[in-house]
Amino acid sequence: MGSALSAAGQGRARVTSGPSLPVVRLRQVGKVYDDHEGLQVTAIKSITFDIPAHRFAMIVGPSGSGKTTLLNLIGCIDIPTSGALEVCGTRVGGLSDNAITDFRSRNIAFIFQNFNLSPVLTAYENVEYPLLLLRLPAAQRREQTAAMLESVGLWPHRHHRPNQLSGGQKQRVAVARALVKQPTLVLADEPTANLDTHTGAEIIALMRKVQEEHAVSFVFSTHDPQLISHAEHTFVIRDGELVEQRDEEKA
Amino acid sequence: MLFKIAFRNIFRNKRRSLMTLLAVGVGAVAIILFGEFVGFITAAMETGAARTVGHLTVYRSGYFDYGAGNPAAFGIADYQGVIRLISEDPEIKPKLNVITPTVSLAGIAGNFEIGASKTFFGTGFVPSDRDRMLRWDERDIFRYFKHNPSTMRDDDETTGVVGVGLARILGLCEKLGLTDCPPRPQLPTAANDSEPEAPDIAALAQAEREAAGAHASGEPRLDLLAATASGAPNVMSLLISGAERQGARELDDNFVAMHFSLAQKLLYGRGEHKAVAIVIQLHHTKDLSAVRARLHTLFAEHKLDLEVRDWIERQPFFKQAIDMFGSIFFFISVIMGVIVLFTVVNTMGMSVMERTNEIGTVRALGVRRGGIRRLFVIEGSLLGAFGATFGVVVGQTLAVLFNRTGMTWMPPGNSVRVPLQVLTTGVAPLLICVWLGLVLAASVAALVPANRAARFKVVDALRHV
Repeated sequence: MGSALSAAGQGRARVTSGPSLPVVRLRQVGKVYDDHEGLQVTAIKSITFDIPAHRFAMIVGPSGSGKTTLLNLIGCIDIPTSGALEVCGTRVGGLSDNAITDFRSRNIAFIFQNFNLSPVLTAYENVEYPLLLLRLPAAQRREQTAAMLESVGLWPHRHHRPNQLSGGQKQRVAVARALVKQPTLVLADEPTANLDTHTGAEIIALMRKVQEEHAVSFVFSTHDPQLISHAEHTFVIRDGELVEQRDEEKA
Repeated sequence: MLFKIAFRNIFRNKRRSLMTLLAVGVGAVAIILFGEFVGFITAAMETGAARTVGHLTVYRSGYFDYGAGNPAAFGIADYQGVIRLISEDPEIKPKLNVITPTVSLAGIAGNFEIGASKTFFGTGFVPSDRDRMLRWDERDIFRYFKHNPSTMRDDDETTGVVGVGLARILGLCEKLGLTDCPPRPQLPTAANDSEPEAPDIAALAQAEREAAGAHASGEPRLDLLAATASGAPNVMSLLISGAERQGARELDDNFVAMHFSLAQKLLYGRGEHKAVAIVIQLHHTKDLSAVRARLHTLFAEHKLDLEVRDWIERQPFFKQAIDMFGSIFFFISVIMGVIVLFTVVNTMGMSVMERTNEIGTVRALGVRRGGIRRLFVIEGSLLGAFGATFGVVVGQTLAVLFNRTGMTWMPPGNSVRVPLQVLTTGVAPLLICVWLGLVLAASVAALVPANRAARFKVVDALRHV
C-alpha cells in the first residue's frame, strides 16, 4: 500500500497541508436551510475552529446536532450561508461548481455509513473509479488499485460486486476507494454505524493504520464510542454550535 | 468506464429495459416495413414508368401542351436524323439503353362482325425496341414478375396488341383465347337494329381489308378509324396477335398497340410520315438530369426546335402517389419517434429517481454535472441502439419472410392484383437512417432526465433513500 499511496499524488496538482497548518479552518461558518415554504432552519450557528492536519479528528454530538451538515460543509458538498471556510489551504467559497468538484476529486475522500459503492462495478472497479476521475494512466491505476485492495485484504474478492460482499468487506472497499487517490482529507460519516462491533473495530484499525503511515487527515462524524476512543481531536457539537473541543493527545 | 457503467446500468432493471428495447424495436420494425413498402411502390412505379414511357421523351416544341390537336404540325419530320444525332453523341451514347420513335393517336376501333366499336388510344412503336424497354429493371423490382415477350414483330406491320379490356368490349376474347372474360350477354333486339350501326365505316374497313389482301376470316381483327393529320378519315385493319393487361382499367379498355409504320400510315395517310415523339430509355435513372441537359445543348447547337420531357412530367400521377406515400411514411416515422421519445424519458426518469443516492455519491467523489449528464445520455443512447439494432434485424427478417408469403394487392386505379412486396435490397440507407434516428431520439429523450440528474444538489442526493 505504501507504494500505491506514495505514487497516487504524482503528476497532478494537489493541495497539501503541512504539519503545522490546519487542514480545515472555519471562521464563523453558518448554515441555514430554506425549506421552500418560507421557513428557515438553522443547522450550524457561526462556528469557528481549526482542524489540525494529519489527525484522527471526531465531530461528535447527539442526533440532529448538525454533525453531518458540518461534515458536508467541510467536504465541500454543501455551501455555508455565512462565514469563511478554508479546506486544505484553499478558500472554497465562491468557487464554481466544476472547480469545487475538481477540488473534491483531488483532495477530499468520503467514507459513507451505507458504503455507497456502485452496485454495477466490481470491488476492483469501485476502487479504481476515483483514479479514473483524476485521469491517471492505466498502468498507474492498475498498480495503485491492486496495492490498495491488497492492503485492505480484498484482492481475492476483487471481481466481486458489492452484493456479493459482506458489510465489513463493503466498508473495506469503501475505505480503499477513499484512500487510493491519497487524499489530503478523508471524511467519514458514521463509518461503523452499519457494522458489528468486531468488524467496526477492524475498519477503525485499518483507517488508523493508513492515517499513521501516510499522515492523512481523517475527520469523522460519529457517536460510536468505539470510534471516539481513537480520537486525537474532538469537536462536540450541540444544536449547531461548537460547545467543546478537546485535544485528546494533550489531555 | 462511462460506457461500462452505462451498459451495466441498463441491465439493472431487466424488465423495464426489455420493455423499452421492445418499444424502440417495434418502432424500428414499423418504420422499416412501411419504409420498405414505400420503397417498393416507388421503385415499382419508377420502373414501370421507365419501361413504358422511358426516362425522357423528345417532342417538337409545343407538342406536349398543344400538339395532340395537330400531330402533323407538331410531328418530328427528320426523326431518324434526330435519333442518329442523339445515339451517336459521345456523352449520351454510353448511358443510352433504347431510343425509339413513337406515334400516339386516338380514334375508333371496331369489330364490325359483331357490330361493336369503341374509342381507342393507340401507340405505334418498333416492337423490338418496346420489348427491350419492357425488360429494363435497374433495381431488380420485377424479378418476381414473368415477362412475356411481345407477339408483335418488326417485319410485320399488320399485327398489333390490345388491352384485355378492349378485347373484351370488342368481343375478341374467344378468338384470342382469353379465359378471364365474362360471357357476353345477348343484347335486346330493337326494330331498327337490323342494319349495322356504322355501315359506311364497315364498308370502308372491308374495302381496306380487301385492298390489303387480307381475306382470312376467323382471325381476330379490329378496324381502326382515325382522322389523318389533314382531317380526312383513314381506316386500317389490324390483326390482333394478343391482349396485354394494362395497369389501369381506363387504359386497359382503350389500349391499342401497333407497329410504328402502321400508326404512321393511320395518322399521316399519304402525307409525310413523321414521329410524334422519340422515347429515350437510359441504363440508369441517375443519368436522367445529365442526359436531359446534354439534349438541350445538342438541340441548341443544331438549332433543332425540340423539347425534352421526363417521365414525371408525362405521368404526374406517379409523382403524386410517391409524394403521398412519402408523407404517410414521414407521419408514421414521427409517431414512432414520439413513442420512443416518451418511453425512454419515462425509463430514464425512473432510473434517475432510483439512483439519486448513487448520483450524489459519484458527485461527491468528483464527477462533474456534465459527467452525470453524459452517463444518462449514454444510457439512453445504448437503450436506443440496442432497441434499434433489434428492430432493424427483426424488421429486415420480417421483410424477407413477408416477400415469400405471395400476398397480392390491388393498387389504386389498377385493374389487376399485383404482388404485395417490400423492398429488401438497396435499403441500407433506410436501415441506417432508422437506426440513427431512433438512437438520436433516445439520446434526446435521455437528455431531459439527465439534466435533472445533473442539477441535483450533492447533499440532497446523498440524503435520498
